[in-house]
Amino acid sequence: MRRGQEREPNAARKAAMAAFAQASRDQLRELIQAAGLSTEAKPLRGPETGLVTVRGRIGGGGASFNTGEATVTRATVQLPSGQVGHAYALGRDKEKVRLAAILDATWCAEETRATVEDKIVAPLQRLQAEADARRRAEAAATKVDFFTMVRGED
Amino acid sequence: MYVAVKGGEAAIRNAHRLLADRRRGDRSVPALRLDQIVEQLGLGVDRVMSEGSLYDRELAALAIVQARGDLIEAIFLVRAYRTTLPRFGYTRPIDTAAMLAERRVSATYKDLPGGQVLGPTFDYTHRLLDPELATGAEVAQPDRREDADAEPMPRVSDILGHEGLIEADGPLPAGHVTGDITREPMEFPMDRDTRLQALSRGDEGFLLALAYSTQRGYARSHPFVGEVRIGEVELELDVPELDFPVTLGRIRVTECQMVNQFKGSAKAPPQFTRGYGLVFGQSERKAMAMSLCDRALRASELGEDITAAAQDEEFVISHSDNVQATGFVEHLKLPHYVDFQAELDLVRRMRAEHEAKSADETHREAAE
Amino acid sequence: MPRTDSSAVQTADHITGGFAKPVFDAQAIFRAVMDAMARPGTIQPTKAETQPPRPLSPVAAAITLALCDNDTPLWLDPALRQSAAVASWLGFHTGAPSADTPADAHFALVADPAGLIAFENFAQGTQEYPDRSTTLILQVTSLSSGAQLVLEGPGIDGRAAFAPTPLPRHFVEQWKQNRARFPRGVDLIFAAPEGIACLPRTTRIRAMEG
Repeated sequence: MRRGQEREPNAARKAAMAAFAQASRDQLRELIQAAGLSTEAKPLRGPETGLVTVRGRIGGGGASFNTGEATVTRATVQLPSGQVGHAYALGRDKEKVRLAAILDATWCAEETRATVEDKIVAPLQRLQAEADARRRAEAAATKVDFFTMVRGED
Repeated sequence: MYVAVKGGEAAIRNAHRLLADRRRGDRSVPALRLDQIVEQLGLGVDRVMSEGSLYDRELAALAIVQARGDLIEAIFLVRAYRTTLPRFGYTRPIDTAAMLAERRVSATYKDLPGGQVLGPTFDYTHRLLDPELATGAEVAQPDRREDADAEPMPRVSDILGHEGLIEADGPLPAGHVTGDITREPMEFPMDRDTRLQALSRGDEGFLLALAYSTQRGYARSHPFVGEVRIGEVELELDVPELDFPVTLGRIRVTECQMVNQFKGSAKAPPQFTRGYGLVFGQSERKAMAMSLCDRALRASELGEDITAAAQDEEFVISHSDNVQATGFVEHLKLPHYVDFQAELDLVRRMRAEHEAKSADETHREAAE
Repeated sequence: MPRTDSSAVQTADHITGGFAKPVFDAQAIFRAVMDAMARPGTIQPTKAETQPPRPLSPVAAAITLALCDNDTPLWLDPALRQSAAVASWLGFHTGAPSADTPADAHFALVADPAGLIAFENFAQGTQEYPDRSTTLILQVTSLSSGAQLVLEGPGIDGRAAFAPTPLPRHFVEQWKQNRARFPRGVDLIFAAPEGIACLPRTTRIRAMEG
């Protein structure tokens, strides 16, 4: 069974949308082309760029406070089939977000969900996991291994 | 009499043209690309994002170029730009414990879960200028430790918390609505959330100086870096059209948990108190300074005497914003011809009165 | 949190029907509201290019889209609150959070003016910040076929008149009380198929005829 389908649907859709949001425009374009998916869609809103206010928590886990703002671009599209898709991503890349909204709509349509999961979401998640693993390994190489030289009481 | 005058259009136009020329500099030197600034002057970009209060690397890089490298001018440009955008909402609070950390050090515990990870730090460099950088020599790939399992990095405050010797993460009363200085005019005294928002966008140099002043004895607060961590956190936003929070992507932040020995007061028992710093991008200095200022500004909450500048909320917060500060200081160079004329008349009159009075007095003394 | 897959099969009519040209349409509506507010009682015709879910009217919807955003808590009257489609449509197009109580609302959207709670329940602003009051958007069927309201006050050369219907209960008396709270008080925007008219808190109703 595909990974998307064994989880409950909202979690799977959220994970797919997260993968689109963190991909680059070129990655989305290439994967869509390779998967042979259509990008024909009617814009219902946007793509448009705005702000979100980023919140942190006092002391890391206390009451929330506003840290600052970040640019976000969003889009909502409708496929010729009537299916609606949404996308949100940090930054100002409107074309990327338009493609992400089309992919969300395509994912939402039962008949194309498997294609999107296999040909788009899975490769993106693999690339993103590899990049994370690389950065984790680079950071880990700077971890201090303490060793005892002299014990004071000896 | 008030005479309105107009003029200088041609001078202004030509000044802007000259600015564009000087900004570009010697045309035989290749023009900077934004990606070069983003990649190679990343900490300058981070400072503009943090104090411009807008997370967008490319815009910050553009602002730096446009400002000819003047970071406060770049911050001003970014602040102006952000007012042109609609706001979609507030993100869910970021979870720094789940950070993909590139650096995490603690000065209070040697062996803490997750370890001491130095990351890309200037610490332990010799601060010797490196002429090789000027030659554009190849740079080696970083080492990797592939066996590294993703060991969780709990916050150091949670470790001390088990003993009950450290205060909790800053709670605010139930029903408290998170303040927002971008929407409501600032009022003193502030709540801690609003103060942290102001500090997070505050001027690094100003906060650094204040933080330093607390170490030198102006509001002594016995600080230790419980932990500093730098890395990426995920942003999530609740939107009306979806019944789950949508992931927007990740941003890089620096977090500092300052731990301060506290001898107790009428309001609180002896314990470790805390100051908190959270800023956009990689800026340890700013996050640490912020946490020291946060702690100092909690003086009245903790029942401490307010004796120093760093504890004076009105003083610190009103002067921490470098866009406001530069606006007010720099406006002095703009035409004040009429104001000055009025002042000149006033000083002439006062001088005349003064002279008349001293002449009078001399006259009287002579007469006596 | 286990939830049903409602969003994955979201129907498009909760989303379609917003402004075709969001910037220009919102500007045109804003202009009409501004002129109507500046000249109380005049009817500013609008082309409201929205198709909201019922019972929200196209003109009231257009005003809401032009004026409301993430920073303006919005209160819906019971007639509108009954429709899940209205709430999600407005949520999608404005991002406005719903106001917990009328006193928290920056805007109130009213499909059934005759059944409206008293004006005093809404935010009245403060003496220091009289602008922090609720602006009520009343959905009416006509601005000319009700009882004639004769108006006086700033923005009116002598007298003006219009005849909105239906109106909230004891309207003239309520409006007198609203005037008495000046500079606090609510402002009204009437949204009718023929256009937009306003009653700012500065306007006095001289008489109600017919």
